[in-house]
Amino acid sequence: MADKRKIKIKVEDLTLIFGKRKQEAHSLLEKGISKEEILKKTKCTVGVNKVNFEIKEGEIFVIMGLSGSGKSTLIRCLNRLIEPTSGKVFFKDHNITRETNKELLETRRTEMSMVFQKFGLLPHRTILENAAFGLEIRGEEKLVREERAIQALETVGLKGYEHQYPSAMSGGMQQRVGLARALANDPEVLLMDEAFSALDPLIKSDMQDELLEIQNKLHKTIVFITHDLDEAIKIGDRIAIMKDGVIEQIGTAEEILTGPASEYVEAFVEKVDRKTIITAETLMFKKNTLVQMPKDGPGVSIRKMRSIGVDVLPVEDENRKFLGYVWLQDLLELEKDKEISVEKALKPNVPSVYKTYTVEDMLPLITGIKYPLAVIDEETGKLLGLISQTSLIIEATRFGKKEISELKEQANDM
Amino acid sequence: MEKLIDLGKYIEYGINKLEENFSGLWGAIDDLISWTVDSMNDVFLAIPFYIIIVFIALGAYYANAGKSAFKKEGLKKGGGMAVFVILGLLLIFAMGYWKESIQTTTLVLVASVIALIFGIPLGIVAARSKTADVIIRPILDLMQTMPAFVYLIPAIFFFSVGNTPGVIATVIFSLPPAVRLTSLGIKNVPSDVIEAGRAFGATEKQILFKIQLPLAKPTILAGINQVILLALSMVVIASMVGAKGLGSIVYQSIQQNDIAKGFESGVGIVILAIILDRITQSIAKK
Repeated sequence: MADKRKIKIKVEDLTLIFGKRKQEAHSLLEKGISKEEILKKTKCTVGVNKVNFEIKEGEIFVIMGLSGSGKSTLIRCLNRLIEPTSGKVFFKDHNITRETNKELLETRRTEMSMVFQKFGLLPHRTILENAAFGLEIRGEEKLVREERAIQALETVGLKGYEHQYPSAMSGGMQQRVGLARALANDPEVLLMDEAFSALDPLIKSDMQDELLEIQNKLHKTIVFITHDLDEAIKIGDRIAIMKDGVIEQIGTAEEILTGPASEYVEAFVEKVDRKTIITAETLMFKKNTLVQMPKDGPGVSIRKMRSIGVDVLPVEDENRKFLGYVWLQDLLELEKDKEISVEKALKPNVPSVYKTYTVEDMLPLITGIKYPLAVIDEETGKLLGLISQTSLIIEATRFGKKEISELKEQANDM
Repeated sequence: MEKLIDLGKYIEYGINKLEENFSGLWGAIDDLISWTVDSMNDVFLAIPFYIIIVFIALGAYYANAGKSAFKKEGLKKGGGMAVFVILGLLLIFAMGYWKESIQTTTLVLVASVIALIFGIPLGIVAARSKTADVIIRPILDLMQTMPAFVYLIPAIFFFSVGNTPGVIATVIFSLPPAVRLTSLGIKNVPSDVIEAGRAFGATEKQILFKIQLPLAKPTILAGINQVILLALSMVVIASMVGAKGLGSIVYQSIQQNDIAKGFESGVGIVILAIILDRITQSIAKK
């Protein structure tokens, strides 16, 4: 699937080294010497190691990793709160790493706003003054900035709190102010550094929902840092998994869960509740053999079944719209009666799903049926593939095939 | 014992050179300080004492009561202080030390303002530059630990006897807390708030004036309070070089072995100290 959206941020070979002997460490790194060796030789730590990625317009790009993985350092390199040692960061088509101080201030003031884990609010200012802070720094008139700040506060659901002080608010509300401050600037890019990590689980979940809602309206490009895989999966369009300053894998949640690129990623994703992530698209197998009505009669259909050794086939109409299933035993009856259409054998009204359905959505549908689930196209109704019940159960329980057959035997013994 | 190094001689030589080469500057400083102190004294002494007492009492009341000054609870918060100011200042007047108290207060205020004019910017510099901090810190230690009498001698040398060397000695002694507490207040501003300022494109100047100074304000105000109290504690020593005021009465009573006079002027200093401390403290608390 080709994504035609414009590239908003592009990072090329971004490297950051902490320590006094940066240049020495950098040339060692270029020679391919390991991080540990470099630390031993130069006492320099490699925080971010030749990272490359692209973020598209309107995308929520999550960078995930444990503490010390370099993710917070990486996001600070994007607006140069930390100066990268080498590599390039492009914002649209200008090179941020080459910007003069003046240009950099302008970029921070107009194009990229940041939301922080510890909120970073000014305790001596009211909520309104805090939300208007970015605009004040930019030199906007008082009336203009207050109007925009009020608007931003309304967006994050803090209308009526304008004249309170941050100390009177809960963590969740303080972070809403942090978000409002960033939105008031109307930047193209939002940098969110563990923005919800300091919040209680329930509030965190609320804030995630709210962020997604705001994103539906505003379509910002968001770079979101987190150490929480569930959070990454919930809000990320794409996720980059980071370890020791290196990006281990970039992909959608599903790509990462179904095809972890390394043992580290695999260990990471093991604990995730896959039921809510794995979709029909991943589980389905393509079905090339179908019965097409009215072209195929009972005889042709029976032959098709025998050629691939099954006793049930999906049926579609001449527009390739999925209709239901036909069973071998019914077709044999029809053949005996010399019927020319399979219509009488067709079992319509079977449950079908779209490819975005998750395992959790599909599980209730398979109780009491004996045939696979049909995955159809949302618009045309065309059959895209089938999902066997076994694969669905395997996904849901994480039991292997062997375990499931053992369970079946046990059930039969009883 | 024979001296191996004659440190004192070098310093004396340096001070002599300073005096010779910048005598115009010292004269100008002397004129400015004497003129300020004298004219402030003239103004305060021209106002009837009861008006000054009422004014300070109202000031103390308002500083303590704050926003509730016109409500009942304001009376609870600021009432006691106002009563203390009235009784204390009446006592000073009744003891016959009104003029000296005004002179002392003027000296303390002038010295404190000078100390703050130099101290707060120095504190800002020390907080923001490690090099400056490394240089400033030992100088502050020196200013606080060097016995005041030692720098009184060159002070007289530069400015001759009078109020000016008293003010200068007081400034030297009371300046360090202004520097130290300003620097401490700025250093204690949480780094995440400053980082937020940077991320929104704030310049260094904006960070200083919109983030660091407002957040350091309580600590800086505590520093101002300390400066004033240290200045007051210097009045007796300052009187030895000719500064007028309660200090000179204390100094006289030591020389005359006059217990009564000594206690009266001492009580006067304590009353002034309490009033100045409580007013500045309650301003700092807000």
